[in-house]
Amino acid sequence: MHGLMNRAVQCFVRDTYGVEMWKALAYSADVPMAGFEAMFVYDDAMTDRMLDGATRLLNRPQESILEDIGTYIVSHPNVESLRRLLRFGGETFLEFLLSVDDLPRRARLAVPDLGLPAMEIIEGDYGAFELICRGDRPGFGHVMVGLLRTMADDYGALVVLDYEGRNGLEETISIQILQNEFTEGRPFELATGPFS
Amino acid sequence: MGALSISLTHDARDILLPMHLRVSGTGEILHAGPTLRKLRPEGQLIGRQFFDVFDLRRPRGVVTMDGLRQHSGLRLSLQFRDGPDTAFKGVLVADASASELIVNLSFGISIVDAIRDYDLHSADFAPTDLTVEMLYLIEAKSAILEEWRRLNVRLQSAKIAAEEQAFTDTLTGLKNRRAMDHILGRYVDAGVPFGLIQLDLDYFKQVNDKLGHAAGDLVLQKAAEVMLRSTRDKDTLARAGGDEFVLILPETVEAGHLVDLGSRLIERLEVPIPFGDDICRISGSAGITVSLGVPGVSAFDLLGQADKALYASKNTGRGRVTVFSDTI
Repeated sequence: MHGLMNRAVQCFVRDTYGVEMWKALAYSADVPMAGFEAMFVYDDAMTDRMLDGATRLLNRPQESILEDIGTYIVSHPNVESLRRLLRFGGETFLEFLLSVDDLPRRARLAVPDLGLPAMEIIEGDYGAFELICRGDRPGFGHVMVGLLRTMADDYGALVVLDYEGRNGLEETISIQILQNEFTEGRPFELATGPFS
Repeated sequence: MGALSISLTHDARDILLPMHLRVSGTGEILHAGPTLRKLRPEGQLIGRQFFDVFDLRRPRGVVTMDGLRQHSGLRLSLQFRDGPDTAFKGVLVADASASELIVNLSFGISIVDAIRDYDLHSADFAPTDLTVEMLYLIEAKSAILEEWRRLNVRLQSAKIAAEEQAFTDTLTGLKNRRAMDHILGRYVDAGVPFGLIQLDLDYFKQVNDKLGHAAGDLVLQKAAEVMLRSTRDKDTLARAGGDEFVLILPETVEAGHLVDLGSRLIERLEVPIPFGDDICRISGSAGITVSLGVPGVSAFDLLGQADKALYASKNTGRGRVTVFSDTI
């Protein structure tokens, strides 16, 4: 698993539960206490141990931890860059959602070995969508629920999201857009980040 | 085969080419696409002369509309004459129906400046335009580059710490033999004049045998302190092994000074060191030599000279300082 993903888990635990909790988790899961290097690729077993350890230590279902990680990576000030990169996907939440198909390709442009699961948005009627995630590791769908819910807030859209379940390696999320532009949302300027 | 011609409404042109200009045969700007209008408010574009607004950088020397028309279909490079002097890439075609020209512009690489200078949004670019993708890529790559930079800074600090450790005697914090050889070799190669003192502790073995290694370690640390206090920052103090120390003093070649320093060090080493209920008593013997920075004398030779002088000190009763000469 890519260091960026492992680090997302690490930073989520550290920023949400404190550095002591991270140390306890790193110790019990036998992962680097000093943290993961964002640009290295680690053995998948490390990620599994870390997530299992978090489930045990935080005494919470893994699904809800994964969902919170999805929220964390696009909302915490420490990881602001990802939210900005995602906002390049479209001007409105609807546009963004329709660009999610392209997300793995976009990610590969920046980090060739990131290894996101394949994603497909299926458009239904009356603002209803389904997102199908197909990867070799289930669980990503839960992360996407948290991520999409938070991005909807970011765009100011009113949506209802549900994790519909897993069939083999395929996870399905249902998305109902009630109002594409419900509130102003957070502003997105092209000219911040490296340009300002 | 006749050319297929379709006529586009202005609205359609604005959608397809939000940065195009329609220029009359006499050079007057008749219309500008919505994104260009955003760059120059009312009155600064429409109705003005194309060559007054834009400086045509390539092709050079084209100053008339007829000249411009010659470059139909070719790449243009131009920029605003007034500030911000945004640069554009462009291409022009003659309108089939009239003497008008359509000049379509793009920011090209100057987009990085343009988004800073103007309030541009994704919607200001045609959906087929790759500009927003390019901005995404620049931002993503910058973020990744920043991660690499941070990683390199961490690795660099770790490397410096590891090197520092590899050159340090952990017990005393002085340099070790490897560092000493390195510095000595560098001074000799560069022709830096320096004084060299080899200092062995006397009675150290007795302290070790009688009071144990902890006492021995303490004595070595105290000896290192004594040397640190009596020397300058630019001097090199090394524990060459066991109870042997080497001092390298750049630019200090006056034998008298070196003898004074050696004597002072020995005097201070002789101050009794309390260890629990016991007292450790040591002394030191020193051999001195000088390198005047002349070629032909190796670091090995110099260490041999200092060693010879040191043994002369030991053989004449310890607690002494001897300067190397051919006669000892």
